[in-house]
Amino acid sequence: MHSMAMRQTPVNRIGDIQMSQAAQAAQQGDSTAAQADSARRTIHIVLHEAKDTVGVAVVEGIKAGTQLNAWIMDEDEIVTVVAKQDIPIGHKVALKEMAVGDTVFKYGVDIGKVVAPIKAGEHAHVHNIKTKRW
Amino acid sequence: MSVIDQNTIFRGYRRSNGRVGVRNHVIILPVDDLSNAAAQAVEHNIKGTMALPHPYGRLQFGADLDLHFRTLIGAGCNPNVAGVIVIGIEEGWTKRVVDGIAKSGKPVMGFGIELHGDHDTILRASKAAKEMVQWATTLEREECPISELWVSTKCGESDTTSGCGANPTVGNAFDKLYGLGTTLVFGETSELTGGEQIVAARCANDQVRERFQFMFDRYQDMINRWKTDDLSESQPTKGNIAGGLTTIEEKALGNIQKIGKKCRVDGVLDKAEEPAHSGLWFMDSSSAAAEMVTLCAASGFAVHFFPTGQGNVIGNPIVPVIKICANPRTVRTMSEHIDVDVSGLLQREQNLDQAGDKLLESMLATANGRWTSAETLGHREFVLTRLFESA
Repeated sequence: MHSMAMRQTPVNRIGDIQMSQAAQAAQQGDSTAAQADSARRTIHIVLHEAKDTVGVAVVEGIKAGTQLNAWIMDEDEIVTVVAKQDIPIGHKVALKEMAVGDTVFKYGVDIGKVVAPIKAGEHAHVHNIKTKRW
Repeated sequence: MSVIDQNTIFRGYRRSNGRVGVRNHVIILPVDDLSNAAAQAVEHNIKGTMALPHPYGRLQFGADLDLHFRTLIGAGCNPNVAGVIVIGIEEGWTKRVVDGIAKSGKPVMGFGIELHGDHDTILRASKAAKEMVQWATTLEREECPISELWVSTKCGESDTTSGCGANPTVGNAFDKLYGLGTTLVFGETSELTGGEQIVAARCANDQVRERFQFMFDRYQDMINRWKTDDLSESQPTKGNIAGGLTTIEEKALGNIQKIGKKCRVDGVLDKAEEPAHSGLWFMDSSSAAAEMVTLCAASGFAVHFFPTGQGNVIGNPIVPVIKICANPRTVRTMSEHIDVDVSGLLQREQNLDQAGDKLLESMLATANGRWTSAETLGHREFVLTRLFESA
């Protein structure tokens, strides 16, 4: 009775979608997206602009050696890079080799400087990138 | 075509000063820490009231005291509030808060504890609160144009998915609301560091730009005065870093996605200041979630958009907080906190326009009375911003 009432308004339609996605994800883990749309390649990492030198992992459990599909959002293009290390979801992968002192670009904008050498496909985070502010 | 246009209406509570609220709270507002116990006793006695306990209000002075009063009075004046019972340790500052709220035209009564004690104060305040609740529960929602909705935004426990998905969703919704005469606000002064030039470029004119730069520089000066390191683990936070955010610049560029692509910054507010006209406002504010949302409530905003990456669980007692998340792991592990799941954005299963519309549908439902996740879970974080030590 409750769920019937819920389906009558757009409000609860949002609730239903949310619940079913969460339930699916809980059952199937991160393979849901790939199964739902096998015709389309899974996006492993996202870049905002082609100029970006790092991309964001948007799937769980990326292992070293995996070929990553990198979606450049602004251009709607896909490029690839091979992960050299395991990359947790939300963490960044370097798209090119960077030397100490280089500027790191994301959103097409300066987000900090390289403080330890980074190879393409490596994990890029606080151990090799620092702020230029403060 | 968007889910909202100039003909969109919502059902809200019109207050005597003309402002429209989406909730109908009767609040018991302590002026100071000492009055929390009495305020909470009244809340316990009288169903349908809500106490807003907080730890401050004694021996503050200057700009810090001004902000304290502005925040309490602003919270009382918020259109989501039907009426207010104010309780303070003594009558002078209590009256100052009562008089400030009374200007909004809504019912407000004050009680000082000294010369009475807690028992008598609780008795008198409870009797007044009972009358107020019975009056407030006769008020009815009415149809109001979308232009009368005030919407604030601030993100929290951000990660890199915030900048890719949840924050651009808010930006898309703000772009759609902006053209309809609504009043919007964003802030988080320190969290614009590295992207301040982008905000400055979006300011409507030089006067607004100069005021924005003044507020930005003032906050940077404060940080430079007190910092002992590069602020790593504070800004970005430990949670941000765990989520993959590396530098303040990266966090700021993600943050700024919330103001969309079209909105201009029409004005600048000091903390807890009320906007004078519609449009998008920047409010100088803390980047700590509960402080910022409390300041938005004090500025008169009725609904809040809160994108999160790692899963900040915040709510607010006065303003319904709608959570938006694009991180599939957070949506899976913390689903009870998330109102709008936009994780499909990152797999191109939905586009930004669709995600923005989904948020706007949730906004309308919330404005019409549906409780948010934070409301159902009882999240009522009411956190006052302090500027410096007490005297």
